[in-house]
Amino acid sequence: MFRFIITRLGLVIPTFVGITLLTFAMIRLVPGDPIELLAGERGVSPERHAELRAAYGLDKPMLEQYWIYAKGILSGDLGKSIVTRQPVIDEFFTLFPATVELSFCAMLFAVMVGLPVGVLAAVKRGSVFDHTVMGTALTGYSMPIFWWGLLLIILFSGILGWTPVSGRISLLYYFEPVTGFMLVDSLLSGQDGAFSSAVSHLVLPTIVLGTIPLAVIARQTRSAMLEVLGEDYVRTARAKGLSPLRVIGIHALRNALIPVITVIGLQVGVLFAGAVLTETIFSWPGIGKWLIDSISRRDYPSVQGGILLIATTVILVNLLVDLVYGLVNPRIRHRR
Amino acid sequence: MSKFVKSSLIGAGVALGLALSPVALAAKTLVFCSEGSPEGFNPSLYTAGTTFDASSRQVYNRLVEFERGTTVIGPALAESWDVSEDGLEYTFHLRKGVKFHTTDNFTPTRDMNADDVVWSFMRQFDENHPYHKVSGGSYEYFNGMSMPDLLKDVEKVDDYTVKFLLNRPEAPMIANLGMDFASIMSAEYAAKMQEAGTPEKVDLEPVGTGPFQVVAYQKDAVIRFKAHPDYWGGKAPLDNLVFAITPDPSVRYQKLKAGECHVMPYPNPADIEAMRSDPDVNLLEQEGLNVGYLAYNSQMAPFDNAKVRKALNMAINKDAIIEAVFQGAGKVAKNPIPPTIWSYNDATQDDPYDPEAAKAMLAEAGVSDLKTNIWAMPVQRPYNPNARRMAELIQADWAAVGVTADIVSYEWGEYLERSKATDRDGAVLLGWTGDNGDPDNFLAVLLGCDGVGGSNRAQWCHQPFEDLIQKAKVVSDRDERTKLYQEAQLVFKEQAPWATIAHSVVYKPVRPEVVDFRIDPFGGHVFYGVDLKE
Amino acid sequence: MADAAPQDAATTPTAAPPKPIVEFWLYFRENHGAVAGLAVFVVICFLALFAEYIAPHSPTHQYRQFFLVPPFWEDGGTTTYLLGTDAVGRDILSRLIYGARYSLIIGIIVVTISLTLGIALGLFAAFSRGVVDILVMRMMDIMLALPSLLLAVVIVAILGPGLFNAMLAISIVYLPHLVRLTRAAAISELSKDYVTASRVSGAGRVRLMVITVLPNCMAPLIVQATLSFSSAILDAAALGFLGMGAQPPTPEWGTMLAEAREFVLRAWWVVTFPGLAILITVLALNLLGDGLRDALDPKLKRM
Repeated sequence: MFRFIITRLGLVIPTFVGITLLTFAMIRLVPGDPIELLAGERGVSPERHAELRAAYGLDKPMLEQYWIYAKGILSGDLGKSIVTRQPVIDEFFTLFPATVELSFCAMLFAVMVGLPVGVLAAVKRGSVFDHTVMGTALTGYSMPIFWWGLLLIILFSGILGWTPVSGRISLLYYFEPVTGFMLVDSLLSGQDGAFSSAVSHLVLPTIVLGTIPLAVIARQTRSAMLEVLGEDYVRTARAKGLSPLRVIGIHALRNALIPVITVIGLQVGVLFAGAVLTETIFSWPGIGKWLIDSISRRDYPSVQGGILLIATTVILVNLLVDLVYGLVNPRIRHRR
Repeated sequence: MSKFVKSSLIGAGVALGLALSPVALAAKTLVFCSEGSPEGFNPSLYTAGTTFDASSRQVYNRLVEFERGTTVIGPALAESWDVSEDGLEYTFHLRKGVKFHTTDNFTPTRDMNADDVVWSFMRQFDENHPYHKVSGGSYEYFNGMSMPDLLKDVEKVDDYTVKFLLNRPEAPMIANLGMDFASIMSAEYAAKMQEAGTPEKVDLEPVGTGPFQVVAYQKDAVIRFKAHPDYWGGKAPLDNLVFAITPDPSVRYQKLKAGECHVMPYPNPADIEAMRSDPDVNLLEQEGLNVGYLAYNSQMAPFDNAKVRKALNMAINKDAIIEAVFQGAGKVAKNPIPPTIWSYNDATQDDPYDPEAAKAMLAEAGVSDLKTNIWAMPVQRPYNPNARRMAELIQADWAAVGVTADIVSYEWGEYLERSKATDRDGAVLLGWTGDNGDPDNFLAVLLGCDGVGGSNRAQWCHQPFEDLIQKAKVVSDRDERTKLYQEAQLVFKEQAPWATIAHSVVYKPVRPEVVDFRIDPFGGHVFYGVDLKE
Repeated sequence: MADAAPQDAATTPTAAPPKPIVEFWLYFRENHGAVAGLAVFVVICFLALFAEYIAPHSPTHQYRQFFLVPPFWEDGGTTTYLLGTDAVGRDILSRLIYGARYSLIIGIIVVTISLTLGIALGLFAAFSRGVVDILVMRMMDIMLALPSLLLAVVIVAILGPGLFNAMLAISIVYLPHLVRLTRAAAISELSKDYVTASRVSGAGRVRLMVITVLPNCMAPLIVQATLSFSSAILDAAALGFLGMGAQPPTPEWGTMLAEAREFVLRAWWVVTFPGLAILITVLALNLLGDGLRDALDPKLKRM
């Protein structure tokens, strides 16, 4: 197991270095100059322009700029945003909890609904239920989620007035963020109704962001279950007269979970991509929207730092999934 | 699941029933659905209107300020001022008993005085000032208004008198000092923060003299203000002010309807009609302090010929543009300055829309088979909500008089940069929003000889015009300046370096319970003086 | 990772194995969803091909008197504009019909570019092994660690917004999966006898790659390509929605949605129909893809 972890970690380091290079190079390839953009119609004089370039370190040779950036990463400093002049790392971590909260709820929703529905569909294979679930899942998988979000807003916020339009909590509640997770903070605040307000703000974004993972998990669970249910040991267990619940719940599900876990891990990257759209539609103050804004402002430090941090998160989650996978599946653990 | 959702919905319903909340009890709280996060809280470091709304317009004061809802400048932290005969010395007499905000990390021990004024300007002016480099140290407006060249020194005469020494006379000086970058900050707070080793806090947790003070800020979510109890002009009628940051205009409107906010900026043009008939909305409107134009390159043949430019102007159907691009939310422009600015010359005759005459004039000028470009901006601006559509309309209009035009566009930063070139091929769509309500801020910046190769996108340096605006810059008598500027506008019209296209109309939807919200001609949102009906 | 049994035992061929194409069709037609998907897809292709003859109006002509007319069954709607008009008086139905073209083109081009590049890189990595292999695969890992939409947005920002650049960006984003698939399949084929035989008989490297090995790796690639086809349409629409795809007045569905967004509260039809068009097309393609996968490669009978 230990060697397995070491090998996996060994692979992470070159990937990480590659990501720093890629993000650094890509954002600089984007045409347009952050200083011109900041100045807008008003413009800046050439002298002032040169001064500002120097102030942001943009006049240095590329290699030196990268060296400064790389050195900064090692000491936990990702530079300062050109727009707000705040440390990128601070900006990222004030917005990150919102994205994590949303992604976590979406994933929870997807697993809580997708897993049982997938198992049930497999058990009742060929039934109306199975067909309905699989049809719905494929529709969900084909959904343009930005459109789905707009439809839900029109229906639930516009016509029915059940859910708030945007934001994370009603403005009438006010407390200092402790964890940055609104659900936790609203409980900690002890204010009446704060928690339910936070929940009601989360419902629509969670559904929208969770739709595709839900569809994927339901389909994956069903096919993994079908496969396992056909295997000898399950048939043996059944023949031994074990109750169906026991067979499905313990023997089959446990083995079916292995590929499902992989899929859940893969969906984390998908979730971040979906978060960009979901946050845009619901004015959710997270990093997806922040990054899109930073790209359009050519805010180099924010883009390279932000993407680096997201990629790191994705890598870490995948590593975690690999480890869990190794734990669940002894075959992997003993290989190598 | 459904039960869970239901209970939370009831919770939300209760929360929305205003004034029931534990914090807002009996206090008057106005919610402004703002369009984005501020860049920071120090207006001298940044240039975005969103930043000014969150800082200078609520939290700070200036020596002189524009009367709310007008471009008329009046006393604020300075009660009065004198200008020396030669126009090189401005002496300000400061108001006494002005209190700074008391916040979690600062309690002022003295009233605002000359030290604060000197500190606020010297931080931007003096490169050796201990605070000059803090928070990035770039003061774009201070530089943009040529303050480093203009100022010789800012001196404290006594505790309540400050003297500004200039290198040359500058008539718009007082108007400049009413701009956001000239906000007065606390020197005492700055000294304290420097001692504590956290100088940048001055720019993040602002302490000012203004009617509201910042209580909390969560990026991309909310800014909370409370009324400054000891405000020198009297406490604001509102107790709390909340900016709910909501970037999407449809969502803002939805929130306004739902009562989740009281005032919203920048509505969708598409929603204006619905807002007019919506009982939940009072739609305020005013002409904006801006101009959208099409600048020819007056240094390139055949556009160096005023007659050609004039002919092309006459080929453009501006009424169709107002209809299709502004959806009615604009006025045809005939002068390079908007009608809300003093010295606007209403006697100017606009070029008539007359394709036949235009064709004849082009033939007279010996121009045939003219090919050129129309530059369309890639971004939305108040003075031009859809440049691409505008370019398409002009393209069609010009085709009708035998001029072939291609539409070109670049990424915004590149567009700004490339359009500055004196050998640029084609006419550029661009515009300007005024900073200080002075005609000089439009005419000299956009059409003066200094701006050629820069902000003067027409590359137009016409001596008779230049003489007029340079003279108007040094004369301090308002009537005389008015005369000079009015004449300059006539010269401009005759020479036609631009096709003046439109001034936008600004709409502000507010809820009916909002009392006395006034549209700021500078595009800002000022909440001192605004009240809520019970 | 045991092979799953074919979904329906009845279709398992008996006695003399039929020709592959017949066998394929036998599998395929059992899957009613897939057949329905195919039918819808054929209709969409038909609409796209003959848009000029089918669409009642021009997709870009602005009827200045008819701004935001609702669909015909609503009050104020007219049968002249069956699905209503948009903000500048263009017929929505006609725009949707022409839009089908863009969606198909997007699918085809993205699949072509990403498949060509992906196969080339994958084969290249599989054949060269060593440092080159490691470099290529590390590069793919790096791309996989970046959220795909974000990566696409950055690439479009570099190339400039527009339909073709959006397609290019999406193709690039799809590379890692295809490269990995090709490489894995090629490596497993490389160890087989027929490759060795071919090598011994003096086949050149390129010949070995393209003619000997590649055809035997195609099944999973074809499945992945159909999946990419539908997700390319979704992703291009998402880019269009963020203002980085096709530029107005192109009647591309995602761009139509982006333009319509400001009318969410005022005119539901300008928002609803383009989204529905995307959903139906993508759903049909996914049904088709499922059927293809089941029929082509029972081994891959999973997500």
